[in-house]
Amino acid sequence: MGSCAALATLGASLRGRAEAAPAAVDPQPQTMPVSLEINGTRHDLTLDTRTTLLDALREHLDLNGSKKGCDHGQCGACTVLVNGRRINSCLSLAVMHEGDSVTTIEGLADGDSLHPLQAAFLHHDGYQCGYCTPGQICSAAGMLSEVEAGWPSHVTDDLTRKASLTDEEIRERMSGNICRCSAYPNIVAAIRDASTKI
Amino acid sequence: MKAFAYERPATVQDAARLAAERPSARFIAGGTNLLDLMKLQIETPATLIDVNRLPLAEVTETEEGGLRIGALVRNSDLAAHPRVRTDYAVLGKALLAGASGQLRNKATTAGNLLQRTRCYYFYDTTKPCNKREPGSGCAAIGGFNRIMAVLGASDSCIATNPSDMNVAMRVLDATVETVDPQGARRSIPIAAFHRLPGDTPQIETDLKPGELITAVTLPKPVEGVHLYRKVRDRASYAFATVSVAAIIAKGEGGKPRLAKLAFGGLAHKPWRVQAAEAALVETGSADAAADRVLDGARGQGSNDFKIPLTRRTLRATVAEALRA
Repeated sequence: MGSCAALATLGASLRGRAEAAPAAVDPQPQTMPVSLEINGTRHDLTLDTRTTLLDALREHLDLNGSKKGCDHGQCGACTVLVNGRRINSCLSLAVMHEGDSVTTIEGLADGDSLHPLQAAFLHHDGYQCGYCTPGQICSAAGMLSEVEAGWPSHVTDDLTRKASLTDEEIRERMSGNICRCSAYPNIVAAIRDASTKI
Repeated sequence: MKAFAYERPATVQDAARLAAERPSARFIAGGTNLLDLMKLQIETPATLIDVNRLPLAEVTETEEGGLRIGALVRNSDLAAHPRVRTDYAVLGKALLAGASGQLRNKATTAGNLLQRTRCYYFYDTTKPCNKREPGSGCAAIGGFNRIMAVLGASDSCIATNPSDMNVAMRVLDATVETVDPQGARRSIPIAAFHRLPGDTPQIETDLKPGELITAVTLPKPVEGVHLYRKVRDRASYAFATVSVAAIIAKGEGGKPRLAKLAFGGLAHKPWRVQAAEAALVETGSADAAADRVLDGARGQGSNDFKIPLTRRTLRATVAEALRA
């Protein structure tokens, strides 16, 4: 008897809800196939469209080198190269990168032979805790290509000429990578050194 | 981040049509601002329209000798473009003063135009904000307001436009080109593109629902010294407290014969006062120009410093232009 009454009440409340104005329906999570070339190898994934490129790398491909610091594009720890350009992988959706070529810190070395930037960071002690280092190194790799391409920066005096890589230029161009251990002098030294070896 | 339907339309027209059909749709290009806001659930689009593959990434010359910048041209590419470096240096300098190398590699021309405010309370979903939630109030008024507006603010909103690029676009008299869901094209002068907050601070631009920016056009270059002076709390990678975009040409007797000035960090849109430019040419005095720029300026307490800082920044900018 009691359960019948409860069912009747439930029925009434369901009807009441159905008669009310339809509430906006939140979209359901959506998955879709994504094909990425990462460090030279093609990966076919099926991802929730909300997955950032950073989470695709770390959570779906076990590439934990790229770090999640702020997850808002402020710290640079997640920096990777996409089609040769440095970006914050936390502020980009993986599905936006269909067919793109991604290089992470795991893909910079040539077999057992370190990338010149990796070697220089070791030699110059360009870190303390090391959390920002993969982002620093990927960012520096992208930055050196930008300098090579003749891109100016905020501290370049003459925009019409190719800038030379002074310490001031390195510091300005690397300002999107934060190091909370403040290893900056050694980071600058490492990049200055490596720039002559790439 | 809330779930959304992801769409990748093949044409500009499909993109605009889709945006009009779907409730609360957003275009995504670089995503450097939108995804940040989506993670915080300040933006909760039901549909995300990825426009990255549309053919809008070219910079071309116009018949008048100006430049047509595709909506998807990345900030770093634009700053490095040879014509920008030689003929529109104020734009290149403004772009390079903004964000970081990584962000400039993603951020687009149209996205930068639509960049949303960095007001602390817009970002804090536990606080009222008329921009985020119309009618809820403004926590910035009477709150911490160091970065807020001193010109053109309202009782509803005292937020500022955070973009450096927009200030340069304003001084260059750029035009924003759009296409609407019906396929109609429109050219919006930059002066009319961004709005003051009034009592609808959630409406930030003149764009209609579904209207898609396709390009920004610059008129032929203006001769003179191009400067962008940005005052900020760090030497790099920080928003402006005050900025000045200036094109100044020196005339007889070391006085400016032409002056164009726009200001960032002061208002809900890039601030430009033609009477200030006329005063600078007429009197040669940066202070006379500053008087007109700051006409009606009102601090909110912790941002009072912006008023004298604007004057000093303009003095320094004019002096630098006349030294060059």
